[in-house]
Amino acid sequence: MISMILVLNHKGDVMISRQYRDDVSRAAADSFRLQVIAAKETGTQAPVKRIENCSFLYTRHLNMYFVAITRANVNPALVFEYLFQKITILKAYLGEEFDDNSIRNNMTLIYELMDETMDYGYPQNCAVDVLRLYINLGNIRQQDEPDASELTSQITGAIDWRREGIRHKRNEVYIDVLESINLLMSSQGDILRMEVTAQVQMNTKLTGMPECKFGLNDKLVIEKEASSNRKPGVEIDDCTFHRCVRLGKFDADRTITFIPPDGEFELMRYRVTDNINLPFKIIPAVREMQDQNRVSINLKAISTYNTRLFATHVVIKIPVPKNTAKTKIKTSFGRAKYEPEQSAIIWRIKKFPGKAECMIGADIDLMPTTRNKAWVRPPINVDFQVPMFTSSGVNVRFLRVYDKSGYNTNRWVRYITKAGGYQIRI
Amino acid sequence: MPSINLPGKNDGGHDSRFFTTQKKGEMHELKMELHSTDRNTKVDAVKKVIASMTVGKDVSSLFTDVLNCVQTGNIELKKLVYLYLINYSKSQPELALLAVNTFVKDASDPNPLIRALAVRTMGCIRVEKITEYLCDPLSRALRDEDPYVRKTAAVCVAKLYDLAPALVQERGFLEILHDLISDSNPSVVANGVAALSEIAETSGKDVMKISASVLQKLLAALNECTEWGQVFILDSLAKYAPADAREAEGIIERVTPRLQHANSAVVMSAVKVILSYMELMGSANTDTIRNLTRKLAPPLVTLLNSEPEIQYVALRNINLIVQKRPSILENEIRVFFCKYNDPIYVKMEKLEIIIKLVSEKNIDQVLLELKEYATEVDVDFVRKSVSAIGRCAVKLERAAERCIGVLLELIQTKVNYVVQESVIVIKDIFRRYPNRYESIIATLCDNLDTLDEPQAKASMIWIIGEYAERIDNADELLDNFLETFEEEDPSVQLQLLTATVKCFLKNPEDTQDMVQRVLDLATEESDNPDLRDRGFIYWRLLSTDPEAAKLVVLGDKPVIEDDTFKLEPNLLNTLIGQIATLSSIYHKPPEAFVVRASGRGVMHLGVGGDDMGEDDEEDYEDDEGIEQEDPVDLLDMGGMGINDNGAGDDLFGSSTPQAEQAVRFVKVCSEEKSGGIDVLAAYHQVNGNVLMELEFQNKSCSVPVSNLAIQLNKNAFGLSPVNQQIICNPPVQVGSSGTATVQLVANRSMLAPVQPGPASPQVQVAIKNMATSQVFYFAANFNIDAMFSSGGQMDRNAFIETWKNIDDGKEIYSTVSDLPSTDIDGIQAKFELYNIFFIARRQGMDGQEVVYFSMKTMTGMDFLAELTFKAGVNACKICLKTENTSYGHLVKNAIENLLRF
Repeated sequence: MISMILVLNHKGDVMISRQYRDDVSRAAADSFRLQVIAAKETGTQAPVKRIENCSFLYTRHLNMYFVAITRANVNPALVFEYLFQKITILKAYLGEEFDDNSIRNNMTLIYELMDETMDYGYPQNCAVDVLRLYINLGNIRQQDEPDASELTSQITGAIDWRREGIRHKRNEVYIDVLESINLLMSSQGDILRMEVTAQVQMNTKLTGMPECKFGLNDKLVIEKEASSNRKPGVEIDDCTFHRCVRLGKFDADRTITFIPPDGEFELMRYRVTDNINLPFKIIPAVREMQDQNRVSINLKAISTYNTRLFATHVVIKIPVPKNTAKTKIKTSFGRAKYEPEQSAIIWRIKKFPGKAECMIGADIDLMPTTRNKAWVRPPINVDFQVPMFTSSGVNVRFLRVYDKSGYNTNRWVRYITKAGGYQIRI
Repeated sequence: MPSINLPGKNDGGHDSRFFTTQKKGEMHELKMELHSTDRNTKVDAVKKVIASMTVGKDVSSLFTDVLNCVQTGNIELKKLVYLYLINYSKSQPELALLAVNTFVKDASDPNPLIRALAVRTMGCIRVEKITEYLCDPLSRALRDEDPYVRKTAAVCVAKLYDLAPALVQERGFLEILHDLISDSNPSVVANGVAALSEIAETSGKDVMKISASVLQKLLAALNECTEWGQVFILDSLAKYAPADAREAEGIIERVTPRLQHANSAVVMSAVKVILSYMELMGSANTDTIRNLTRKLAPPLVTLLNSEPEIQYVALRNINLIVQKRPSILENEIRVFFCKYNDPIYVKMEKLEIIIKLVSEKNIDQVLLELKEYATEVDVDFVRKSVSAIGRCAVKLERAAERCIGVLLELIQTKVNYVVQESVIVIKDIFRRYPNRYESIIATLCDNLDTLDEPQAKASMIWIIGEYAERIDNADELLDNFLETFEEEDPSVQLQLLTATVKCFLKNPEDTQDMVQRVLDLATEESDNPDLRDRGFIYWRLLSTDPEAAKLVVLGDKPVIEDDTFKLEPNLLNTLIGQIATLSSIYHKPPEAFVVRASGRGVMHLGVGGDDMGEDDEEDYEDDEGIEQEDPVDLLDMGGMGINDNGAGDDLFGSSTPQAEQAVRFVKVCSEEKSGGIDVLAAYHQVNGNVLMELEFQNKSCSVPVSNLAIQLNKNAFGLSPVNQQIICNPPVQVGSSGTATVQLVANRSMLAPVQPGPASPQVQVAIKNMATSQVFYFAANFNIDAMFSSGGQMDRNAFIETWKNIDDGKEIYSTVSDLPSTDIDGIQAKFELYNIFFIARRQGMDGQEVVYFSMKTMTGMDFLAELTFKAGVNACKICLKTENTSYGHLVKNAIENLLRF
């Protein structure tokens, strides 16, 4: 199992070093600094590296390295998941953008968290809500005895993500269905890869230990329910669930039942690859005129969603050669600008109505270069958000909440489709 | 460093102030603060100590003072003190015993959090003597009413087993641990399983013993325990062999829901269980297996939407899975297409899998993709993509022509590395499909000038030799290459030799002179034995029997296939059982890289070094040989088969530089003097302790060497052993060897009387073998760098002051040449390991670089050094200044040695 966890800054200085086993020495930090950081390996070389019989598994947060060192034949996915959760925990404690300074300033807190979340190299409870109960910025709440044992049953219990006795004045659940659409289109307009990956985020403010049942218009479920006059459901390729969801139950009859954590959490992710409605059609035409040192680009963007909807934050990034000297851009809508530091024309449209068509045309003059190296033509990248639209067609059918006290729950559902990797090769 | 108030949620921490640099007398000040009656002062002082520990400063001298603070009701302070204890108890084993009382007391505290904390920490104190005190509290903790304490105790058994396996068995802890699998609390079950699995793995004994009832318990706990617990349970299930297909099916049914877990580690471990059991189910259950195959694909694909690190792990595993069961992902090739912004290491792995999944159905699409990749920016990725096109051609006969078409298009781009890579793979295509695509040779010949890499050149030359009769000016082309024969890489020379001979056999009239010349060059001018041997063989063949030469040189070659990176079936089966472990990342069996630090027979005195046993892995480097293609083809294609093209992920990089102090053993005593034991010794420093490493090679001492006593004579450094007893565990039998570490301390009373002139590095040692009562003596020269203290960093101004004040007459000069490296940053980093601290660096005249270092021995002697490097000259001038002139030459020697190694 894991022998040591290190947190290093971008220069490789040790900020946190916690040894869980004595088969790895402190000098390991030097090996890592010399052979990974100094060798500028991060980002190009694999995140698993073997140096002198030790395996180093690492990931980054901003410019910091989180490194796990081991001599054993560990489960690498487990190690990475632990490192990610460690980062999540630190974000919860220190703020989303925690940096070297916040690490230094909270060293003792972090050591406490290190101690609690891992024992002898085996990950232990990493649920932030529970950790918060007894690790609090270095100041332990002085507990009287019954409290402490309640706490320990919480830490080790079957439902370690929720504590008992939560009360809310108003019982509410917010559900956000966030779909990311990944598209890779060839320069001929063939779709090479298209899929929707989605997260269902929940924010629950519920009293007690409520039992929830959640339903999507999953094709497999709808087919089973005899009422045939319904719209056909969506074929979901695969889904993964928060650990509160009873997987055995889902495997048996595809019902999603759970006792939710309090507050925000990600209930599930799903993936859909069939019958996807692309919100935008992008038709580019790029012509390189070698002899004249010119490139001309024409691009048409067509929105396919309903006229009642609109997309926001539409950004189309059209790459241009590095040696671009001058651009002449005309757009029918929105604003476009050549941004040399990105080597691209960035076309921004704040609000893109449904069933609309926008055009951009650009004439690009190139600087003559001594080396006659061809332009690599990176893909066009599109970014957007379409509220109240799911490109997979998934929607929430119901969320039922049962609690002993029998209260009423208010539910709000939002949908957003945004671009994941929406790329068109040119 | 100023403390900074952070925005948002956090407003509590200002710990950075504890990192401020320590001034002189700081230790003393800390000591005072640790004894303060004010709680906050005390807490702050401990925090400062921990901060120093974090940045690597040696604060072990404060051991007793810190330990005093443990008697507190404040959990925060207690945790900090415990943290300190874990770090330093090993170097202060005697003192660690003082903490035992506190542990025992805390282990029966009414607060379960404190009980657990005590048990958890106790197990981390790696001192053998403490173990006996540990047993009673641990035994209670294992039966504690609180699950939090029980789950901590479960892990503690594994900790104890590592230190004292006999004790664990004696006290029946394994049985209790086994009972914990039936615990009502899922976290306890999970940790129990983890501890048992680990003990089973390290001891090689089947302590896990999954019986029918245990199996049911595990499957029940699987639904309830934390994600980590699920991984532990799944991993132990994977090692279990179900009695029959029905049982296997039953377990798989309970495991498949885990494929939907959000934690990728759970998913991967579930995949491992299912794949391992599928093996056991055999071919009888085709329906079930088809069903499972269908179920496995979606979760594997979903893993590719995770973070790049997880993607990498998944891809390395998928690489194994597609080799074992290609049907699982045969229709999913598109998900392995590279995104423009994927990290390179992900792209490389995806490419490997694309080649594994390519078929006649999808080849057109794949070729379009590969062509696209070949225009990207990253050179390695582009080359691998080009090479992939060739591998597709070798793999799919009916698509070969289309692949060649794409390669020709790429050659037209004239991008240097694309052309070279294309030539290399086209050679493989020619080997796979002889006499079919020679029409493209003309295009290749147009690009001869571009080739500057040996492999590409050698490939081209092979093509020319092989098709000499179809190329009008083959002899001219070869002649061109011959002009630079002597400067070429050996692989190119070998190919040139062979190609010329082929050319001669096909067209003897025009090439007589040429072949004579090349044979001369190979046999007389070259000092490469391979080249000479091959030259002589050809020469003899040609001179005795040209017809036989034809048969040999122009004979049919075995057909190649694309088995690059394909694993040999046995290894593949082993690795399938290792899915979701590092083994599956390295594609090597665990024995090949798991080198345990324990099992070296070092007793737990001082801190054992980690840098031994390195040779173990070198042997496995040769195992790469299993990927080698056609061994028959010795003369012709030696060592330039298709599999050399891969970027060769150098996970096991063989020349990893040492990042720790290197230990160089010197034989100090031979068997005649010691009753049959050869003794080797070395000195180095670990965590601020001077250690003498001894290796005992028992040549002929019939009694196994186990218990020894050591004593040192007074010496120039004042060194003496902390503990006179040396225990070799296990005892060193005749014909084997064992090591031991002796911790040394320097004190004034052991200083030899000062002699005029240079001090002697000699340390005279006496060792008594307690079993035979024989005493033997030897001298082991000390290297002074082992006693440079970590506090030897001088302030810049102080350095300048000291430098000026030392009389020029006390300077020592020397010059070292033939250094392995003159990279000053590297030297600086290496020196730092030896506590030789960088002070300043300046540019001198004529490209000179002058670097200053300071060092201080643990006995308080200061040394200042000036190292001068000159650009382009592989040498270094050392100037050393010190008041302690009699030790100057020792330090000078030490620096010279460090520069040389």
